[in-house]
Amino acid sequence: MGNKQTIFTDEQLDAYQDCTFFTRKEILRLHGRYHELAPHLVPMDYTNEPDCKVPLSLIVNMPELKENPFRNRIVESFSEGGDGNLSFNEFVDMFSVLSEMAPRELKAIYAFKIYDFNVDNFLCKEDLEKTLNRLTKEELTPEEVELVCDKTIEEADLDGDNKLSFADFENMISRAPDFLSTFHIRI
Amino acid sequence: MEALKEQVEEKKKLVATLRNKPWRMKRRLDVLKEAQDFVEKFEGALGKGKGRRLYAFKVMMAKKFIKFKRDFENFKTACIPWERKIKDVESHFGSSVASYFIFLRWMYGLNMVLFGLMFGLVILPEVLMGLPYGTIARKTVPRAEQDTAMDYSVLFDFEGYCKYSILFYGFYNNEKQIGLLKFRLPLSYLLVGVGIFGYSLMVVIRTMARNANEGGDGADEGDFTFSWKMFTSWDYLIGNPETADNKYASITTSFKESIVDEQENQKDENIHLRRFLRVLANFLILCCLGGSGYLIYFVVKRSQDFADMDNADLSWFEKNEVEFVMSLLGLVCPPLFETIAELEDYHPRIALKWQLARIFALFLGNLYTFLFALFDEVNEKLEREKIIKNETELALAHYYANYSSFYNTTDVPPPNVHPADAIRGPCWETGVGIEFVKLIVSDVQVSYLTILIGDFLRAVIVRFLNYCWCWDLEAGFPSYGEFDISGNVLGLIFNQGMIWMGAFYAPGLVGVNLLRLLSSMYYQCWAVMSCNVPHERVFKASRSNNFYMGLLLLVLFLSLLPVVYTIMTLSPSFDCGPFSGQEKMYDVVMQAIDQDLPAFIGNIFTYATNPGLIIPGVLLMVLALYYLNAVSEGYQQANTDLKKKMQAARDEEKNRRNNKDSTNQVMKDLEDLLPNKSLIPRPIEEEPPLDVEKVSKPTKTKPGSSGNGVNLQKEVSLAAPNPRGPVTHGPGPRGGPPLNTRGPQPGPARGRGRGGHPRR
Repeated sequence: MGNKQTIFTDEQLDAYQDCTFFTRKEILRLHGRYHELAPHLVPMDYTNEPDCKVPLSLIVNMPELKENPFRNRIVESFSEGGDGNLSFNEFVDMFSVLSEMAPRELKAIYAFKIYDFNVDNFLCKEDLEKTLNRLTKEELTPEEVELVCDKTIEEADLDGDNKLSFADFENMISRAPDFLSTFHIRI
Repeated sequence: MEALKEQVEEKKKLVATLRNKPWRMKRRLDVLKEAQDFVEKFEGALGKGKGRRLYAFKVMMAKKFIKFKRDFENFKTACIPWERKIKDVESHFGSSVASYFIFLRWMYGLNMVLFGLMFGLVILPEVLMGLPYGTIARKTVPRAEQDTAMDYSVLFDFEGYCKYSILFYGFYNNEKQIGLLKFRLPLSYLLVGVGIFGYSLMVVIRTMARNANEGGDGADEGDFTFSWKMFTSWDYLIGNPETADNKYASITTSFKESIVDEQENQKDENIHLRRFLRVLANFLILCCLGGSGYLIYFVVKRSQDFADMDNADLSWFEKNEVEFVMSLLGLVCPPLFETIAELEDYHPRIALKWQLARIFALFLGNLYTFLFALFDEVNEKLEREKIIKNETELALAHYYANYSSFYNTTDVPPPNVHPADAIRGPCWETGVGIEFVKLIVSDVQVSYLTILIGDFLRAVIVRFLNYCWCWDLEAGFPSYGEFDISGNVLGLIFNQGMIWMGAFYAPGLVGVNLLRLLSSMYYQCWAVMSCNVPHERVFKASRSNNFYMGLLLLVLFLSLLPVVYTIMTLSPSFDCGPFSGQEKMYDVVMQAIDQDLPAFIGNIFTYATNPGLIIPGVLLMVLALYYLNAVSEGYQQANTDLKKKMQAARDEEKNRRNNKDSTNQVMKDLEDLLPNKSLIPRPIEEEPPLDVEKVSKPTKTKPGSSGNGVNLQKEVSLAAPNPRGPVTHGPGPRGGPPLNTRGPQPGPARGRGRGGHPRR
């Protein structure tokens, strides 16, 4: 295609287009956004695949994530070591999953990861309590929190182990009418 | 060889679904590279033998096609306008308000295609290849009107030069073929008119089908209340701190409400009073609807009388009465319905549905009353036309008679009358077209004024008067307005309905609408960002986006009806428009089939319209409907049965776990007795799918994770099989002689006798 850009090779751009839901222009724009998070850290030339990571604190200050109560968890779920420092690959991956075109199943997997605060592959009661407190900014009384978490587990838990496994979560979220429209970040 | 081909195909499929896999990016990139290398290496090898070149050619074409598709997709996304604007609105107001603007943008795309069709196939040929202005009667302003034809007020009413331009039906000539290309304009006009509906229908249904896949599969309302609230209530699009605060507050309120609902039953106060109030409210609203319908009919009738009077005597108000009244009704009635609905005391979501249904009924009633009144006018015009037609024929006959008797020849040239002086009939189609255009224009004016006054002026007053007012204007009475999503979406849908109806009589209407949508986008975006505040409570009217699409489909059918009626039943004017001179408008198609297409196609059509063929066809469709309905009912039944089974299994599991402690102890005791054998069978886990092909249940990449299948524990029941140890040795020898005489060892017999006891 026409424009000469030196950030990526053409093969790299094609590979990114195959692996994400983004078009060429969007990938270049994403790189621009990534670069402006930490201009001295992120090189402009990615043709030899440099290995640099932008720290968590800079990423959660992006305007798209700034107001999200789960921003730390989102960034941590997409980082390799769970510490929240994202390389460009992971950065693109994050926005690709959160984009409009990602299918429901893929979003459900990552939503499960995000809400799993203690990273044990189950949404146990503590995870639910933390989620609820973030959502309501701790405005609910402890009894109300307890009630809501119990009701949630009662509604969604299929195998009766008092916590939500991925299958329970997926079964519940696949019927939610709002899930696709709310679990969406536009960049 | 075959296996290799299969592998190559597999790798290709893998590459196509790569983005759906929940892997780390690095892994995806590596797998991609590997798959691509594999395919390249072996694809060449596969094309050995006879079909080699063809195979290689096919492969190359496939690659080029993929590249072309990707470039086209890139180009398409680059063309989508207003992404930044919509993103701004989304981050400030959340996804529900932004959905209106996304709908507006979609409408704009649809109208652009319709305009392209109309412009390219009807307007442009007439302009380029048809006769220019002033050459024939229908294209010229009549002598009587010529001095006022350029006045601004006349143009504003779409009379004068506007009326005799490409905007309206009357301008088009009925020559069968025009210009060098022998372009068949009348046929094209008819086909485009019908094609507009066909294309719109196709697009709406395609969008509905796409949305239907996304919507949840109809879980009951109360099944997952808390879970959904917990996991899907936060809108990830929000990027504005004020909106975020609002959202936190609304989520907290919503949780508190659900908790209250859960904890106590709603006491049902006086149910009779409530029923009476609801009946009363519905009665009042029906009165309102009836009243508004009658008002419109009355006003349209009056406008016909005004049309007979001299134009100069009428005030602006009287000239534009119809449009003014219709827009006013559309403005005043919805808030009125809302206030009456306070009597009913419904849950907000149900109240919203009722409100939408009533507004829909209002708009529909208004539109159809308007149409009926219009058609009365049309019939009147047709009557008048007959008289004029007779007059002109009489005048022409006189002229010929005089001429031939005077000059004594039979070769009579056509009368030399200037086009502006010719007698012309009342072109009813142009009249209808003008009415529609005036309606749309006044609709636009009213809606823009409403936004200006209702939102902007209100915001300015609240902001600046707040400094010197007794109570807090911002928190109290007027405060800032909220964006009325459902009202605006309904307005858009009905506007589109009017365009569909009017496009046949006024080809320029689609272009006018395009301009309107464009300006609407910018204007409303500005208004919403500067004058509105985010909603406090958000209630979606329905579960899926298909609610508004369904309304649009309904409106499409309803606007199809008048147009089809006129094409089939009413006769076109005899001296204006592309169908002048025909008995009915569709005669153009019949003529084209008879004269231009080969004979057998005409035969096919004659057979196809035979009732003997149509009635069995209709019967067949009815039977198919009945069958499909029965099948779908069967599926629903199976669905509910499965749900019940799942529920029963869940409850059973829960009971088991609750009783687990007591049984476990018994089991533990038993286990102690038998050191070698464990009674409790091992828990069965589903095999984590190792095959990378499976997309539906992917493996997790975190270390130490088990398979994500449901862990089924085999039930521990007390009625376990015989807790006896394995017989490690056979019975001892009994005695010599009996063994010998008995023949074969009793081993196998023993096994048979016990029947299936496991031997270790």
